[in-house]
Amino acid sequence: MAMTMTQKILAKGSGNKEVKPGQLIKAKVDMVLGNDITAPVAISEFEKAGLTKVFDRKKIALVPDHFTPNKDIKSAEQVKIMREFARKMGIEHYFEIGRVGIEHALLPEQGLVVAGDIVIGADSHTCTYGALGAFSTGVGSTDMAAAMATGEVWLKVPEAIKFNLIGKPSEWVSGKDIILHIIGMIGVDGALYKSMEFSGEGLEFLSMDDRFAMANMAIEAGAKNGIFEVDSETLKYIAEHSERDYEVFTADSDAEYVREYTIDLSKVQLTVSFPHLPENTKTISEVGDIPIDQVVIGSCTNGRMEDMRMAAKILAGKKVHPDVRCIIIPATQEIWKQCMNEGLFEVFIDSGCVVSTPTCGPCLGGHMGILAEGERAVSTTNRNFVGRMGHVRSEVYLAGPAVAAASAVTGRISSPEEVIG
Amino acid sequence: MKYEGNVIKYGDNVDTDVIIPARYLNTFDEKELAKHCMEDIDKTFVTRVKPGDIIVGGFNFGCGSSREHAPIAIKASGISCVIAKSFARIFYRNAINIGLPIVECPECVDDAEEGDKIGIDLDNGVIINYNKRKSYTIHPFPEFIQGIIKAGGLMKYIRQ
Repeated sequence: MAMTMTQKILAKGSGNKEVKPGQLIKAKVDMVLGNDITAPVAISEFEKAGLTKVFDRKKIALVPDHFTPNKDIKSAEQVKIMREFARKMGIEHYFEIGRVGIEHALLPEQGLVVAGDIVIGADSHTCTYGALGAFSTGVGSTDMAAAMATGEVWLKVPEAIKFNLIGKPSEWVSGKDIILHIIGMIGVDGALYKSMEFSGEGLEFLSMDDRFAMANMAIEAGAKNGIFEVDSETLKYIAEHSERDYEVFTADSDAEYVREYTIDLSKVQLTVSFPHLPENTKTISEVGDIPIDQVVIGSCTNGRMEDMRMAAKILAGKKVHPDVRCIIIPATQEIWKQCMNEGLFEVFIDSGCVVSTPTCGPCLGGHMGILAEGERAVSTTNRNFVGRMGHVRSEVYLAGPAVAAASAVTGRISSPEEVIG
Repeated sequence: MKYEGNVIKYGDNVDTDVIIPARYLNTFDEKELAKHCMEDIDKTFVTRVKPGDIIVGGFNFGCGSSREHAPIAIKASGISCVIAKSFARIFYRNAINIGLPIVECPECVDDAEEGDKIGIDLDNGVIINYNKRKSYTIHPFPEFIQGIIKAGGLMKYIRQ
């Protein structure tokens, strides 16, 4: 039977020769992930069930990234639960402040996920690792607790939608614009329960950072996972970051897809999602005059090195508009250090931005940049739901780093061309 | 498993950020979470919800984050069951795993109005809207998922 990439990985993980869409399976997991919001609930469930041992202390990652550095007593208590559990169970991949970064930037960078893996994480953006040719999906805390105990997860094999990427994106258009464009096209439940498979000749023009941003937002179309065909770029990334064995799975040429789309990357415009759903997309030329109060450049979607470089290229020699606060958050310590070494912080600070330590912080309205009533932000994050970044009557406009940085300079949602002639 | 209660109705794409905003996620105490359930789309929810009430939502109910705090907050506020046209997949898993009954029934959602009295019989796969004098057939869960529900949640199931 012909299979998609996802079917092949799930067949291997469940010990089956083949699996069909709709089939319920139990699959072995290569990595189980939790953060400071979801892991404490999982640990509580784990302990309530009287369990005393995790299935593999090397295959669990505990990343307290959401409210780090702890924003209040309650969040400090939550991290304490994680820290003590990690010590008690001998969990190898617990990331303390000073080493912690945003989980979905951190795990690939640390080489903890490679092609062919099955990863579940109690965080919806766990789908990010599909960029590496892994099957990865978000689950809840109870699923995480069960997987920490058994090393297994129950899954329904998803149907798949194929995205055939062709053409070369124009300057300033990044993976974020492409995925926002796709979500605008298919809607926030356009891929509900399904796998989004990305392949095609256009892949050669997409960096790993572009692919991470795209796979990251598969959940924003309701998908179970997003997955990219593995190519030389993927293998280079894995070789540079991991010593683990990997396995490359390729979709059969006659694999079945419920829908197929061809996306000409050369035609994708800079794209902005208007409040309060990621599907409310407009191209930059359709945006109109929208004054803003804040810009956030960071998150598990766009806090990577290329995002930082793109922002710096636009901000160099410019000043952030006097009515705007621009908050820049490199996603990991490695990225932070690289920004420092490349002189990007000088650019950011000279232009009037503030640079934060790695944290999810403002993306989910946690801390480090909360919006007041009536305020508007352009943000490179992934959700613009009601109240997502603060007051219930504040607004979040999602965009890539180029539009975010340009908007910081002009004080309204802008194309980079307005700032750099 | 039978439930009966009055309808509290919402639209499409009710996301987990409005079910329980992240600013309250520095705890997982269910009573604390229930105090803020639905706060960002419906400030009156917590004061008018009565034990047994049923939330009726549109497409993609529970979209967004993986926070299990969302079904926990709904369950702790006394809601007996959520009926929607469709559920976001992580919310669907979480609800089953923590023992919050959920049912997909687009026709019932279209007919139901705020305050309608609804009865749900999961064993026989029937929903009745007493105000509209209509009944609806619902598809049973796959056997494996029924096993989790009968065991009282995933952790109890894996211990079996």
